[in-house]
Amino acid sequence: MLHIKCPHCGMRSQNEFSYGGDATVKRPELGKEISDQDWDNFVYNRKSLRGKHWELWQHLSGCRQWIKVQRDTATHEIFKTLKANEEIS
Amino acid sequence: MTQSFRLESGGLINRDKKISFKFNGKNYYGYEGDTLASALIANGVHLIGRSFKYHRPRGFFGAGVDEPYAIVQLYRNGETEPNIKATEQELFEGLEAKSVNCWPSVNFDVGAINNFLKIFLPAGFYYKTFMWPKSFWYKIYEPFIRRAAGLGTASIKHDKERYEHKYEYCDVLITGSGPSGLASAYSAAKNGAKVILAEDKSRFGGTLLTSEVNIGNQSGKEWADSIISELKEMPNVTVKNRSQVFGYYDHNMLVMSERISDHLPKTKKFHPKQRLWYIRAKEVLISSGSIERPIVFGNNDTPGVMLSSAAKEYMKVYGVLVGKKPLVFTNNDSGYETAIEFKKNGIDPIILDTRKEPQSEIIEEAKNMNINIKNSYVVVAAQGYKKVKSADIAKISDNKEELGSIENIECDCICVSGFWTPTIHLASQSGNKTKFNEDIDAFVPGISKQNEKTLGAANGIYTLEETLKDSFEKGNQLSKKITNNENKVSFPNVVEKKSTVHDKFWCVPLPKGKNYKRFLDFQNDVAVSDIEIALKEGYRSIEHVKRYTTLGMATDQGKTSNLNGLQLVSKIENKVVPAVGHTTFRPPYSPVSIGAIVGREVGKHSKPTRKSPMHSWHEKNNAVFVDAGVWLRPRYYKRGEENLFEASKREAKNVRTNVGVCDVTTLGKIDIKGPDAAELLNRVYTNAWLKLPVGKARYGVMLREDGIVMDDGTTTRISENHYHMTTTTAQAANVLSHLEYYLQLVWPELNVNVVSTTEQWAGAAIAGPKSREVLKKLFPKSDVTNEGLPFMGYMEGDLFGVKAKIFRISFSGELAYEVNVESDNGYFMWEKIIEAGEEFGIQPYGTEALSTLRIEMGHVAGSELDGRTIPYDNSLEGLLSKKKDFIGKRSLSRKAFAAEDRQKIVGVVPLDKKTSIPEGSHLVKDSNAPLPNPKLGYISASCWSVEYDNPFSLAILKDGKNMIGEKLFVMSPLKDKVIPVEIVSSHYVDPKGERVRS
Ligand SMILES: [Zn+2]
Repeated sequence: MLHIKCPHCGMRSQNEFSYGGDATVKRPELGKEISDQDWDNFVYNRKSLRGKHWELWQHLSGCRQWIKVQRDTATHEIFKTLKANEEIS
Repeated sequence: MTQSFRLESGGLINRDKKISFKFNGKNYYGYEGDTLASALIANGVHLIGRSFKYHRPRGFFGAGVDEPYAIVQLYRNGETEPNIKATEQELFEGLEAKSVNCWPSVNFDVGAINNFLKIFLPAGFYYKTFMWPKSFWYKIYEPFIRRAAGLGTASIKHDKERYEHKYEYCDVLITGSGPSGLASAYSAAKNGAKVILAEDKSRFGGTLLTSEVNIGNQSGKEWADSIISELKEMPNVTVKNRSQVFGYYDHNMLVMSERISDHLPKTKKFHPKQRLWYIRAKEVLISSGSIERPIVFGNNDTPGVMLSSAAKEYMKVYGVLVGKKPLVFTNNDSGYETAIEFKKNGIDPIILDTRKEPQSEIIEEAKNMNINIKNSYVVVAAQGYKKVKSADIAKISDNKEELGSIENIECDCICVSGFWTPTIHLASQSGNKTKFNEDIDAFVPGISKQNEKTLGAANGIYTLEETLKDSFEKGNQLSKKITNNENKVSFPNVVEKKSTVHDKFWCVPLPKGKNYKRFLDFQNDVAVSDIEIALKEGYRSIEHVKRYTTLGMATDQGKTSNLNGLQLVSKIENKVVPAVGHTTFRPPYSPVSIGAIVGREVGKHSKPTRKSPMHSWHEKNNAVFVDAGVWLRPRYYKRGEENLFEASKREAKNVRTNVGVCDVTTLGKIDIKGPDAAELLNRVYTNAWLKLPVGKARYGVMLREDGIVMDDGTTTRISENHYHMTTTTAQAANVLSHLEYYLQLVWPELNVNVVSTTEQWAGAAIAGPKSREVLKKLFPKSDVTNEGLPFMGYMEGDLFGVKAKIFRISFSGELAYEVNVESDNGYFMWEKIIEAGEEFGIQPYGTEALSTLRIEMGHVAGSELDGRTIPYDNSLEGLLSKKKDFIGKRSLSRKAFAAEDRQKIVGVVPLDKKTSIPEGSHLVKDSNAPLPNPKLGYISASCWSVEYDNPFSLAILKDGKNMIGEKLFVMSPLKDKVIPVEIVSSHYVDPKGERVRS
């Protein structure tokens, strides 16, 4: 079970969180024209990376904040966690 | 029976307390502190079971967790448990156990015929033999395998015992209380670290209990006892016996199973049987010791052949002799310690040492005691069927390939020592890259991945002095880092006998003309010849060899067999052992009961049960409940002898004709506040929300980004910047997360707060043509006329002193209201509604009637909004705003979603107006078409229309728009039904929606 540092609450066990997918995907702006390809990329297409990956988790049974977590998908090592409003660097 | 193999004195058992127990129906006695194994051996019982494949007689091989044979079916306090190791089960008064894997009895076992047919049961036997003919599978092969396979029988009764889970955090977790565990725990504890010390056995001390050493001015055991009692007094230390750390998971989380009551005749009141600990440790010190490995020789599975360390443990801990004419077969000095112990107890052992001229302090001591030592000797084969009677022994050449002439010597046990294998399971599970240590012919932990260090014998360090030094040091270093506090322990003086190098010999060659079975894996009956066949057949990877031959796949996970298996593969393949590599170690290290894994999450505790504040009223009024997500909801209220069908029909009919009341507390409710609340709703819902006036409700549909309908519900504008959203019962949690996602990550600029208020409000739906009359009585001061409170209107009201929210919304399609009060007032509200409605014939209605009412009206619910349908499919396309963008809108222009013959919701009526239509049935054009019959759609929901008194269903049908009036067939192979039907509008009742506005 992973041990995730919620930037709001501190170290918590994985079972308090729910996974939310790739954190680098940006939702296209509302009301803007967008090609089928770009929309498909947003909705469906995800890289299945091996290695460092920025992903979203929600601290569901805690502060309910969505957070950004940089995790190695192979080793499960967590390098960094950020608040929702902090930019991935 | 007398305990003929019990020594006059000695051991750590309590001879003052006799304990009676039963094995295979016979009564025996043992002492407090015995295991089932030690007590049986004391009573001269050496045959305990039959082997897995050949049903060969099996006895005891070890004295603990490594035991491959002695597995029993245990009976305790009216319950039974399979797969219990007799070597681990502590004796308690009234214990009963039986042999497994034998029929009809352990002494006469029909399956043993396999033993004589063994030529037909080589490696991969199951894969090869049971291939053909196919028809043999069900009648012959499967029953045969099922009967033959398996060790013990699981109880089919509900387990009454309680199992608990516990979460714990510590600075240093130490797994094992041998010398390394005690020393490291002690120095870490002295530095103030929060320490957990876990010991698998009931006694602390590990090898210190059986070895002849001195630490300081104490014996090994005395030192262990004093350290443990000091540790137990320290507030920063938790010491646990009967606790096996069996799994090492990510981020330094380890799981330990604590057997709290297994050693007692009965679990004490309010105590659990076992407790599973989830321990998050900053540092882990693995002090799991090592396990003696066997030397492979002919018939080495005969009862009476056992590990030399086990024989010593039975003497020193339990005061029990495993035999009175022992043969010790060894390639190292450990065997001598066992022989010396025999000699001290008045028994004359013979030592066969594979080495030519070994010299050490221990060997010298054995010689001084006049123990018969035969150098360069091996056991070629054990003789005897149910118990060792003699051994064929021979001289072996210096190159270890040629056997001299065979001599037969009498003996009743053969104690084997093939040197020691470090227990690296936990280290390996943690991701440690293990390495092969040539000096000890075994793998040891290498580079750590997590915060783990391995100490002592588990790390391949076999001298006490070095072990203690290293363990004190590591315990000190690691804890100091955490506590910033150093309180160094002075290193005690250690006295131990020096030993010399072991012989790398591990397998006795077959003598000419003999074809003895030489077993590697004792539990799964994997012999040398099986591995040879697997390799001959082309299996190379050790992982494949393992699966093909089942080497190391038994419940002991190859604790005694893995390394010898690797040695064999490396020899045949002409590779060094590290090049062969070992198979993956996976948790659990030792079997864990399912009960412990499940913990308290059984039955009603497997998920929370939520009840509305009106629950007790429903109970009092004969409600029959149904699970709705985590909620319990009344399905119907039983009157007299009514069944579900009759009751729900009555309730639904009463709503259509008079008035009914339904508990809708379970609906998800989300409070939305902030200046941008309307903007959020406008983006989340498909329809327009910016112009909804205060005091009005609106129905809305929300989509996922892929265009699929996520949920629907009404949202009411309570005040300028305050909205009350409702969701379906099932989607409440998902919708809240969905809103939080967009507010926190996508549109953080929106100034809105959302919070769940599902449990804060109790809700009642009052529905039916007479509902307004009821409302008037409930709220005499409010204007609830059609003008005062029109359809989709909202107002606050005073319900006999209780503040209430009144929504004029309808799910039933009738004139209807929903009244919400704070949860604490829910019961009061409900009683008042029943009271006020009495004169209008009000009846409560449950979810079944609720479904009937909505199905007849063509209102969609969970069975249509099933994660596969878009708004069009549910005839909700009228709610799609063309003027604004919203979540999921872009997806709706995908080709398939815009197809002309797109599926759409329709109504379905059987032509005979009688036959009920099973939900989930398929719609087809021709019921006689060849299979696979093209499916046009499926029945999503069915009811008995109370309006028309005939069956009615909703279906999602291909090209549904153009199918009204068509005649099709409903097919349900499951219910064996073919029903001719007509397709009608999904709005079966009141298609113009006049009633809700009346
Ligand atoms: Zn948090």
